[in-house]
Amino acid sequence: MISQIWFLMIAAGVLTAAGRGQIDLVTQGALQGAEQAVTVAFGLVGIIAFWSGMMRIAQDAGLIELLSRAMTPLARKLFPEVPPNHPAMGALLLSMSANLLGLGNACTPLGLKAMEHLQELNKTPNTATNSMCTFLTVTSSSLTIIPGTVIAFRAAHGSTAPTAIIGTTLVATLCSTLVAIITDRILRRIM
Amino acid sequence: MIDILNTISRWAIPLLFLGITTWAISRGVSVYESFVEGAKEGFHTAVRILPYLVAMLVAIQIFHHSGALDRLTSFIAPLTSRFGIPSDILPLALMRPLSGSGSLGILAQILETHGPDSLIGYLASTIYGSTETTFYVLTVYTGAVGVKRIRHSLITSLIADIAGFLGAIYIVLRFFA
Repeated sequence: MISQIWFLMIAAGVLTAAGRGQIDLVTQGALQGAEQAVTVAFGLVGIIAFWSGMMRIAQDAGLIELLSRAMTPLARKLFPEVPPNHPAMGALLLSMSANLLGLGNACTPLGLKAMEHLQELNKTPNTATNSMCTFLTVTSSSLTIIPGTVIAFRAAHGSTAPTAIIGTTLVATLCSTLVAIITDRILRRIM
Repeated sequence: MIDILNTISRWAIPLLFLGITTWAISRGVSVYESFVEGAKEGFHTAVRILPYLVAMLVAIQIFHHSGALDRLTSFIAPLTSRFGIPSDILPLALMRPLSGSGSLGILAQILETHGPDSLIGYLASTIYGSTETTFYVLTVYTGAVGVKRIRHSLITSLIADIAGFLGAIYIVLRFFA
């Protein structure tokens, strides 16, 4: 499915640019995208290394187990296939907590860590497991308590009430996360 | 209120560092060695996600730069306006699942033209804040571990994005209009 969408974006882009007589825009877009990818990936090296280090400390200190135990009831319902004391459970919980707090850049390394541990439990390594699908959809629907970036952005644009959208954001994000969990449960049986 | 939120966001991470290291030291963990051991994996991970980022961002930028995104917007605007969805918001809603920085740019544009405290401003802020960059999460997370068949996760995420989008419109119109 990603392949089709990827192809459609490129094809639509080329055809539109050609139709407007500005075919250069395609090349410009491609160069910019490629450059941006490197900036993003290498911009993440330091912070990923840092979080992986912190995670290792937490793991060696038994903190992950502690956190897992506290949130086990909820996580067990969401990820029934993951054994409660497997490192995957701790990584999942940390990643979701980071998301909840709107920690932004901290989320990617934590999420990747969780995916790596889920992959250890995967018997068919090139196909996503149920737990992975649940984790991916919950992450991409992003349950957020504090939308930090937006608040900062609103303040920067001279808003008199930058935090006014916290309530509405919470409602909208709850809506998408609930739909994500329900849809995931339904579709996992047929796809 | 903003002061409290600012304080929380400024203190959350430092306190987390202090908490983790203090706990670990008190349990006899050699924190420095543990840290370095874990951090070794960082570079590897970043290199592994690079090809997926290039693939995604190149396609997205072509789609955006060429004007295809604008075309798509004006194509579906008549349909969505029938449901009372303001067409000014469509580029943001379409861009949001594709690109974080791209949609942040569109958000900035909307806040600039309509003002952050206008109805459109509230709507745009809520939409941006309540969803993640779906394609980024899916391609990078699955790419990093070598999963190729992602099954129903894309369609589920997109349905959830639409639900969040509609939820945002509903609540903002009830709350601010």
